[in-house]
Amino acid sequence: MSEQQRVRVTGPPRRRRIPRGQSPGESDRLGEIYLGSLMRDQLVSAAITLVLLTLGIGSLPLVFWLFPGLASIAPLGVPLPWILLGVLVYPFLVLLGWLYVRRAERSEAAFAELNHKHDQAYPEDDE
Amino acid sequence: MSLDSAPAIIAVVLVSLATLTIGTWGLRFSRTTSDFYVASRTVRPGLNASAIGGEYLSAASFLGIAGLVLVEGAEMLWYPIGWTAGYLVLLVLVAAPLRRSGAYTLPDFAEARLGSRQVRAMCALLVVAIGWLYLLPQLQGAGITLRLIADAPQWVGPVLVGGVVLVNVFAGGMRSITFVQAFQYWLKLTALLIPAAVLLVVWGNDGAPRTVRPIEWSLPLGTGGVEGLYLTYSLILATFLGTMGLPHVGVRFYTNPDGRAARRTTLSVLVLLGIFYLLPPIYGALGSVYGATPKHADTLVLVLPRLMVDGIAGELLTGLLCAGAFAAFLSTSSGLAIAVSGVVSQDVVTPLLRRYGHGIGGVAAFRIASVIAVAIPCAVALLTPGVGVARGVALAFAMAASTFCPLLILGIWWRRLTAPGATAGLTVGFLGTTVAVVWTLAGWESGSWWDAALARPAAWSVPLAFATMILVSLSTGDRVPAHTTRLLVRLHTPEPTSSGVR
Repeated sequence: MSEQQRVRVTGPPRRRRIPRGQSPGESDRLGEIYLGSLMRDQLVSAAITLVLLTLGIGSLPLVFWLFPGLASIAPLGVPLPWILLGVLVYPFLVLLGWLYVRRAERSEAAFAELNHKHDQAYPEDDE
Repeated sequence: MSLDSAPAIIAVVLVSLATLTIGTWGLRFSRTTSDFYVASRTVRPGLNASAIGGEYLSAASFLGIAGLVLVEGAEMLWYPIGWTAGYLVLLVLVAAPLRRSGAYTLPDFAEARLGSRQVRAMCALLVVAIGWLYLLPQLQGAGITLRLIADAPQWVGPVLVGGVVLVNVFAGGMRSITFVQAFQYWLKLTALLIPAAVLLVVWGNDGAPRTVRPIEWSLPLGTGGVEGLYLTYSLILATFLGTMGLPHVGVRFYTNPDGRAARRTTLSVLVLLGIFYLLPPIYGALGSVYGATPKHADTLVLVLPRLMVDGIAGELLTGLLCAGAFAAFLSTSSGLAIAVSGVVSQDVVTPLLRRYGHGIGGVAAFRIASVIAVAIPCAVALLTPGVGVARGVALAFAMAASTFCPLLILGIWWRRLTAPGATAGLTVGFLGTTVAVVWTLAGWESGSWWDAALARPAAWSVPLAFATMILVSLSTGDRVPAHTTRLLVRLHTPEPTSSGVR
């Protein structure tokens, strides 16, 4: 690439004010209701994941504090805490993440469909 | 230079050269300011996840965990678990909305959300504080490691790491760093995986000897009853919630093309981290079997091959591990340098230059900022004694969990957050953890429960910061920014490109 073809380096504006294509505007009451339900939906998915995380992993210190004898159980010759904390937590975390992503993408798809139907019913709302 | 140090020196030189070469190659793609800050938001999930993994797996992961496990036992497994679970929390609460906010940095996000210059300035200060707190143990760790494995003077590590990082950041910004980081994830994984496999085979040939350790070594708790339980839960809270607030983690999310990609990237990161973290405990356990002593703690991973394998094979494995360790120092330091440079450039250098009538901004300002971002922690690392990589890093996590975590979670999910509320919460979280950091770094001890509370502050500082932010926001309800609903719409609305086809 020759020197002449180089593009002048300039900074883009820091805050973009361009409205996003399909976002329902503030005035759009129906869109806001849709958004409220989408936000609730996403928050519920997040809460489910966090509760499972707390129950599955967050409870372990308490369990071993209450029942220290569990640490001397050694299936396959390796004490239980090493199997749980060293190996099994990681597939569990990936599983929780995968389930969440699937759920989140589904509710976003449902939201987009709802919005699409709404746009068809009220074409004058389009900018 | 003794024969002993040859593999280490060769490995360090090779990693430095490879890093500089890939960085320079990435320079060909870096043209605009957007390239420098966020790689023009075009990094695909696979590459981006490798880059995040490469950047995130610091020396604390590569070297620290194995040594801690050797000395303290299963309790120390909470570090890698927390460092991974932090990404799950980030995934479900902030990944996609943070990307959709369209901001370059955490201060950008805060200003867009709350419309306050004051909150922005506080966030900029916090990014620099957390970034340097995290950078310092990396640089000091590099000094200690190079001294132990290559007989180099203590200053060589920080200067070498600082120099390589500065050249790369200076030259190519985010775009070139992305390639470097992705390369370094795979280098680190290979460098830990191959020796682990070989050493396990050696162990099997030796008749799979077992270590005789007391049951406490296998208990995943701190010692000392309730205090041990407090320490463990405080660490869990700091790491689970702190990850989202680390400056070099946040800045990576702005490089995704859209919110959906941000989520998929995070999921891939969970997989990559999970694979990596299976390995360090193997080194800890083998070290225990083959008679490594606590004095090996900092460099257990590096000395283990020589304890177990004689001759050229042991030297080769040592060289490979040294390469991985050095890649760990370089990649985390690069990520932190990028994040701190971005903020220093936007919030310090550019306004100052403008005030004195210099029209230069963008790339030039970023380069000036990168010199500041790297030189100051380098100087501090040379002048102060080390605090231990894992401990220093844990304090950075606690500070992030007590400041940016409440700001991000409430900012994304709660309509009633106000600028005064955010300011109050950030101040409380910052001051609380700063007291703890100073107390710990100064090595003071009172002999009471205060020591535990200040060594791991997250268990009280995180709820305190959340409560302050919520209560002050509620009492200043008339100051809820007018654009809140519009902005939340943007944060939570799927992008047209990703939703239309389904």
